[in-house]
Amino acid sequence: MNIVACVKQVPDTEALIKLKADGSGIEEGGIKWVMNPYDEYGVEEALKLKEANGGDVTVVSLGPARTMETIRTALAMGADKGVHITIDDADAYNTAAALAAAIKEINPDVIFCGQRAIDDDSGQVGSVLAELLGMPQITIVTGFEVADGKVKAIKPIEGAQLVIESPMPCVVTAQKGLNEPRYASLPGIMKAKKKPVDVKDAAALGIDVAPKAKIARMTPPSERAPGKIIAGDDPAAKAADLVKLLREEAKVI
Amino acid sequence: MAKGVWIVAEQRDGALRSVSFEIASVARKLADELGEDVSAVLVGSGVEGFAPELAKYGVDKVYVADDAMFADYTTDAYSEAVAKVVKENDVSILLLSASVQGKDLSSRLVGKLATGMASDCTDVKIADGRLLATRPMYAGKVFGEYVVESYPQMASLRPKVFAAVENAKAGEVVKFDAGIAADALKTKVLETQKDASGKIDLTEADIIVAGGRGMKGSDEYKVIEDLAGVLGAAVGASRAAVDAGWRPQSDQVGQTGKVVSPNLYIACGISGAIQHLAGMSSSKYIVAINKDAEAPIFAKADYGIVDDLFSVVPEVTAEAKKIL
Ligand SMILES: Cc1cc2nc3c(=O)[nH]c(=O)nc-3n(C[C@H](O)[C@H](O)[C@H](O)COP(=O)(O)OP(=O)(O)OC[C@H]3O[C@@H](n4cnc5c(N)ncnc54)[C@H](O)[C@@H]3O)c2cc1C
Ligand SMILES: Nc1ncnc2c1ncn2[C@@H]1O[C@H](COP(=O)(O)O)[C@@H](O)[C@H]1O
Repeated sequence: MNIVACVKQVPDTEALIKLKADGSGIEEGGIKWVMNPYDEYGVEEALKLKEANGGDVTVVSLGPARTMETIRTALAMGADKGVHITIDDADAYNTAAALAAAIKEINPDVIFCGQRAIDDDSGQVGSVLAELLGMPQITIVTGFEVADGKVKAIKPIEGAQLVIESPMPCVVTAQKGLNEPRYASLPGIMKAKKKPVDVKDAAALGIDVAPKAKIARMTPPSERAPGKIIAGDDPAAKAADLVKLLREEAKVI
Repeated sequence: MAKGVWIVAEQRDGALRSVSFEIASVARKLADELGEDVSAVLVGSGVEGFAPELAKYGVDKVYVADDAMFADYTTDAYSEAVAKVVKENDVSILLLSASVQGKDLSSRLVGKLATGMASDCTDVKIADGRLLATRPMYAGKVFGEYVVESYPQMASLRPKVFAAVENAKAGEVVKFDAGIAADALKTKVLETQKDASGKIDLTEADIIVAGGRGMKGSDEYKVIEDLAGVLGAAVGASRAAVDAGWRPQSDQVGQTGKVVSPNLYIACGISGAIQHLAGMSSSKYIVAINKDAEAPIFAKADYGIVDDLFSVVPEVTAEAKKIL
């Protein structure tokens, strides 16, 4: 089976995010870069699928030079080869277009993405990629299996969960709960160094880099007004105060 | 020239979902500023009768595709139908909800309409005649103000952040034929497994009582469930509590869980890690009950109690019972 996992390099969730003075973006200095956590679930599912059916897992990532580290991490987890599409930054549509151009040549049976990248939090690329490749999609899934040449996935929705079936090839986007991603082993890390990574320039793939969705400005979150700490020693008295405030001041109960 | 503010109305199980009224109300406000009309696309089976409800929240025209093939939501059928009618009408602004269904549909439409979208927005307005959409990024550490340069200018709106405001308009029904060939439908819903508990989903709850590692175990959640019962609230959890196996994954709030915006969020024994805050900081009121006065959750809380949750929460339940 031909399996693709898309991975994005993002700042570690603990990273302190500082804005450039003009609000045009974030300061990249001092940030620790990691694989998007949702993509770890995607890579893990891709590896499990390969282990069950044989085949190849290709990881595809778009980003600047540092992105190569994240590709190596996926290779160290067990992926077979990588594609690195080099570009500094792209919006969701252009990212998907570049990924589609590179993935088309691989002719995959299944493509895994994360349900969302935790930097831009946009949650669009998997679906746009599916559309551009003319494939069906099952998004935000917590269960995945292949049986009789079809994909069956579990998708939680508000108050229920759906079991959805799709023919292959298709795009699946991973949500927490899908699996427990493995760590890269030491031998895995050694082997990863020798695995092939194809480097492609986004412009050479014919990608229009003018963004459709543009960030006019980034701002820090607005500060919440300082809250009230309900003082005292008696839990019952504090509880009574709280209920009164919620009822009379906030009017939420 | 592209014109008109459009929404995709969301329905399920024989009713419009409340997010539909939220986005309709936002669309009305934007359209009034632009001097344009609001249109809604309504796709489903047996849904034509919902049009008057949309009209109540400011929709001038309702484009309806009513067909048995739309009985279940599928990306294939719904995105084809919406894309067709939106393309035919050269739409300027297109709004959806960032609900589970809205996320799936809106992102597919970005591909079909070859446009841009600001997703999961917490504020939208018109600036210089264009949509200016504000949304949290980097787990809410930063907000981005987005302009979409292509048409339609798309945005999905975080559920429960925007108020539904009645403002009656005509709601004229325009039927359209989505023209979808049956073989274009590739995915199938095999089964819908309803939550047996019948509990309110976190993303739809007006009040959430959430417990974290400070709960100590799964049985101890009883104190939180009691309070939730009295308040008519849903129960949430931190990742620590989910990973410990005390609560199901569907209860997790945060960056790798659900994003919620209730009127009231009561965090019990939760420290307030950035990944947790990412899921609940758009709540209207936040209460923190934690024995550590230094816990970061207090910086986000409107009301805080520094004490043992096991002595405070049952008292809160008892007090609330007196008035509710
Ligand atoms: C990639 C990534 C994604 C993540 N996603 C999420 C996510 O989606 N959601 C999430 O919640 N976390 C997430 N986390 C984990 C997050 O970093 C924290 O570890 C987690 O939120 C901590 O949960 P907690 O507050 O319950 O536990 P702790 O941080 O251990 O806090 C427990 C709190 O309980 C208090 N306490 C203890 N006993 C009592 C008592 N008797 N009475 C009152 N207070 C008491 C303590 O003072 C403490 O403040 C993620 C982490 C990573 C790396
Ligand atoms: N630059 C990228 N390179 C590779 N995959 C990406 C990239 N951006 C997004 N993706 C994939 O699309 C998913 C959703 O990303 P997003 O739409 O940006 O939230 C991610 O989890 C990745 O799997």
